[in-house]
Amino acid sequence: MATPAPAPAIAAAPAAARPPLDVAGIVRDAALFALVTFGLCVPIIAFRTDLSETSALGLKPRWGLVAILCGLVFLGRLAQRAVVANRDARRALTPAPRQATEAVDATPNAGQRVSGLALPLFLGVAATFPLLAVLGTGGLGESRYWVDLGILILTYVMLGWGLNIVVGLAGLLDLGYVAFYAVGAYSYALLSTTLGWSFWVCLPLAGLFAGLWGMILGFPVLRLRGDYLAIVTLAFGEIIRLVLINWQDFSGGGAGISSIPRATFFGIPFTADEDGFAARLGLPFSPMHRVIFLYYLILALALVTNLVTLRLRRLPIGRAWEALREDEIACRSLGINTTNTKLTAFALGAMFGGFAGSFFAVRQGFVSPESFNFLESAIILAIVVLGGMGSQIGVAIAAVAMVGGPEMLRNLGFLSAVFGEGFDPNEYRLLLFGLAMVLMMIWRPRGLISERSPSLVLKERKRISGSFVKEGHG
Amino acid sequence: MGAPSPRLDDPVLTVDHVTMRFGGLVAVNDLTFRAGRGDITALIGPNGAGKTTVFNCITGFYKPTEGMMTLRHRDGAEFLLERLPGYAVNRRARVARTFQNIRLFTGMTVLENLLVAQHNPMMRASGYTLAGLVGLPAYRRAEKAAIDKAVEWLTRIHLIHRADDPAGDLPYGDQRRLEIARAMCTDPVLLCLDEPAAGLNPRESLALNDLLRAIRDDHDTSVLLIEHDMSVVMEISDHVVVLDYGTKIADGTPAEIQSDQSVIAAYLGVEDEEVETVEAEVGV
Amino acid sequence: MEVFAQQLINGLTLGSIYGLIAIGYTMVFGIIGMINFAHGDVFMLSAFIALITFLILTTWLGISSIALALLIVLVVAMVLTALWGWSIERIAYRPLRGSFRLAPLISAIGVSIFLSNFVQVVQGARNKPTPPMMREVIVLWTGENGYAVALSYRQIVIMAVTAVLLAGFWYLVQRTPLGRAQRACEQDRKMAALLGIDVDRTISLTFVLGAGLAAVAGTMYLLYYGVVSFADGFVPGVKAFTAAVLGGIGSLPGAVLGGLIIGLVETFWSAYFSIEYKDVAAFSILAIVLIFMPSGILGRPEVEKV
Repeated sequence: MATPAPAPAIAAAPAAARPPLDVAGIVRDAALFALVTFGLCVPIIAFRTDLSETSALGLKPRWGLVAILCGLVFLGRLAQRAVVANRDARRALTPAPRQATEAVDATPNAGQRVSGLALPLFLGVAATFPLLAVLGTGGLGESRYWVDLGILILTYVMLGWGLNIVVGLAGLLDLGYVAFYAVGAYSYALLSTTLGWSFWVCLPLAGLFAGLWGMILGFPVLRLRGDYLAIVTLAFGEIIRLVLINWQDFSGGGAGISSIPRATFFGIPFTADEDGFAARLGLPFSPMHRVIFLYYLILALALVTNLVTLRLRRLPIGRAWEALREDEIACRSLGINTTNTKLTAFALGAMFGGFAGSFFAVRQGFVSPESFNFLESAIILAIVVLGGMGSQIGVAIAAVAMVGGPEMLRNLGFLSAVFGEGFDPNEYRLLLFGLAMVLMMIWRPRGLISERSPSLVLKERKRISGSFVKEGHG
Repeated sequence: MGAPSPRLDDPVLTVDHVTMRFGGLVAVNDLTFRAGRGDITALIGPNGAGKTTVFNCITGFYKPTEGMMTLRHRDGAEFLLERLPGYAVNRRARVARTFQNIRLFTGMTVLENLLVAQHNPMMRASGYTLAGLVGLPAYRRAEKAAIDKAVEWLTRIHLIHRADDPAGDLPYGDQRRLEIARAMCTDPVLLCLDEPAAGLNPRESLALNDLLRAIRDDHDTSVLLIEHDMSVVMEISDHVVVLDYGTKIADGTPAEIQSDQSVIAAYLGVEDEEVETVEAEVGV
Repeated sequence: MEVFAQQLINGLTLGSIYGLIAIGYTMVFGIIGMINFAHGDVFMLSAFIALITFLILTTWLGISSIALALLIVLVVAMVLTALWGWSIERIAYRPLRGSFRLAPLISAIGVSIFLSNFVQVVQGARNKPTPPMMREVIVLWTGENGYAVALSYRQIVIMAVTAVLLAGFWYLVQRTPLGRAQRACEQDRKMAALLGIDVDRTISLTFVLGAGLAAVAGTMYLLYYGVVSFADGFVPGVKAFTAAVLGGIGSLPGAVLGGLIIGLVETFWSAYFSIEYKDVAAFSILAIVLIFMPSGILGRPEVEKV
């Protein structure tokens, strides 16, 4: 694939007239789609079950909605087929020069162009985001929503980067990552509420605990492969959550732990009194100071995660992780202790999850088991896979898209004018999220940035096409 | 050269009564042989004779059902291979191997492949990552040395111009050579090659012969190889062990093996006494 | 003794439901080596389809015979859920076949999230109870302490339907060309294709069959518990997957056996230890089985290929 092959002569040959559009066939196909949609809608959409006063279920038919959906599918399919047919016809007449290479190497190098620019852009935006938010909304207090959103996104960026060590570099599929997030959050919550230790003492401890848990859970499971590993880690994640729910004395049960001490500016509390942050700096008090501080705190934590990961990639341990992802058997034949190598990846990933968890606890001031359900693990894993396994900037982009995107639905309140009262776009957040996961995988199964960047270079840095990179089986 | 080949009085590897069973199937049956230090020992036999199973036992991927395999370093250190955990066969006993279906890290560059092979010394140099993380000069020197070693091997196998390309992008013959170089980067005492000439064209095959001889003569590395290509086997090996149905049927110098009736019978798939008739028919 | 017998009955009933779901997991894993994460949610969806069909039949069409209504519900739920299974495979999994290994898993998780939230959006978040039905019980015997061991009609129906459908399914897989094609694809998909088996169609049919059986499980679940909610897919799904793994993934009798064991463990655990930790027990079994006997009870051990 080094040189683009010239356009094959055969493709250029049929310079005859365009084949006629098979209208009947397309309509039939679209009708079939509509029919399947109808089958899927009956009865789950066609009838809405509602509890009446007598606590028996009543049915409310909604055939209009079904008709609209079927119609939309029909039209959509019609349009899609027409466009595709049109494009195919045009392609047959004028073959593009890259057409010949396209089919074989289905990883376009769009990511190559993106990633060069994206990193400085991302860092720039991230560093100035609170300022932009304040300027954009016109006031410190008004920017709260945006800074909060920034914190949320950065938390997922950090979690994504942490999990990327495990999944992206070492190729170990972890569906229970949220367990370590929970360990970190509860470590801080328990240490600070019972012993009164400060955040800055608890943060490293939370990371250590999470890393320790990573080792404890990792040790027995790391000889499992692929999907089995995924399921065991899922099981561990759920076990930890269920224990947190049920072990009242330890974790406060389902109600969780509240009134966790807030973060301080290295000992200076963000309060309105004269010892507070604002008074000492001579600023008018605003609750936003703490939020902005939290923003930069998570940004710093995320960047530390990133820097450590980038550095590790260039060290023997990082190369061994990637080699493990490529071929575990070959690694063993080269004298690499695969169990220890996997364990370090698992523990390190868990540690960063723990840091993120204690940040979560200090930000919320409240933790409960419900924040650490399987959906969170799935979201983090989706961010890593969608970003392109192993690509740091890809993960950041994916986190912005997957977390920020659905959040934008909140701003679509005007749609209730279209769909009538009671339409809450926020209800559709997770539904669309699931749909997006499927579509993204179909669109880019290897993620946004599938190329791998070599860890060291002799003469010339070349990006490695995703089709050579293996995804690991452990 | 010193002692005449094969140098069985100073064996690098001694395989004693090794048997490997998979359920009811006996893949290797009571196999005993020695590989001399500084020799190229060839393990040959028809398909399904159990050669690769022997390799997998020696290199720690299978635990033999019975028997003992001893690896002896020049300084007298002895390792019972069947007792070592898989990775330690390479790390401590210093046995390296290649695979029948090449196992390169296809998504990593050629250079990275050779650096992964130097994982253990580099891990020590990086202070198990801690010193490397803060970038101590000792680690930087070790990294430089590792790169130099990789470059040296790449020059030897004529792949230096492709150092920054993904290994999966190399043509087949180059991948075979790279896999051998990668195994050599672990500084092995015994190098096990599983069909290194398979799929090579005649020119590549000749180059491989030279490479293997060079490995034997220039390094303190003995070679054990499985090979189907008899021209390679007869050309370069000092000692040949023949397996059939998991049992050793012959053991000797290439010349001895060439004239061994039971070997010919095994390869032709006939009983010993029918060999002459068959040979007459095919006109040997 | 009486408590034990009662729990045995309850456990077997629950276990047959898990077994039915587990078959869907095991078949799909066997044929395309993927964990169909959305299978639990397909099961939950089928329970909703069954619920709505049942309400239509009883309140609108006025069918008073519960047995007839159940039969129709079963058929309708199986057909419509099978259509869902087919569509999911076509849309979310088929385009990813032969691609990056993680892609189908992520896609399946996406489908799972989509399905549960889809049901929440179109049917609301509240629990949906069915009208009480088949409450009658047969008292098998009464112990000295007055504890009566009872077998409810529901339990009889559940076990009978499960047994009949499993027998039919077994026949389908073992004795028909379809089943043969399926087993061939399981062994070696490329070779099967070379021998003229339509692999895509066979895989589609696998999903259809799996979804059909999940629909049976969904209907039985509804009958047994009398209530369903949009969030009911995940935990039974994971338990059924545990059953599939415990029985030996890829093995159909194993899935049923595993289902029964999981059902029994769960009921006995709840009865004798603690009801709060019953899910912990199920998840722990999953972890322990995977770690210590990954080939399960009836599965084939995997030899590492070098």
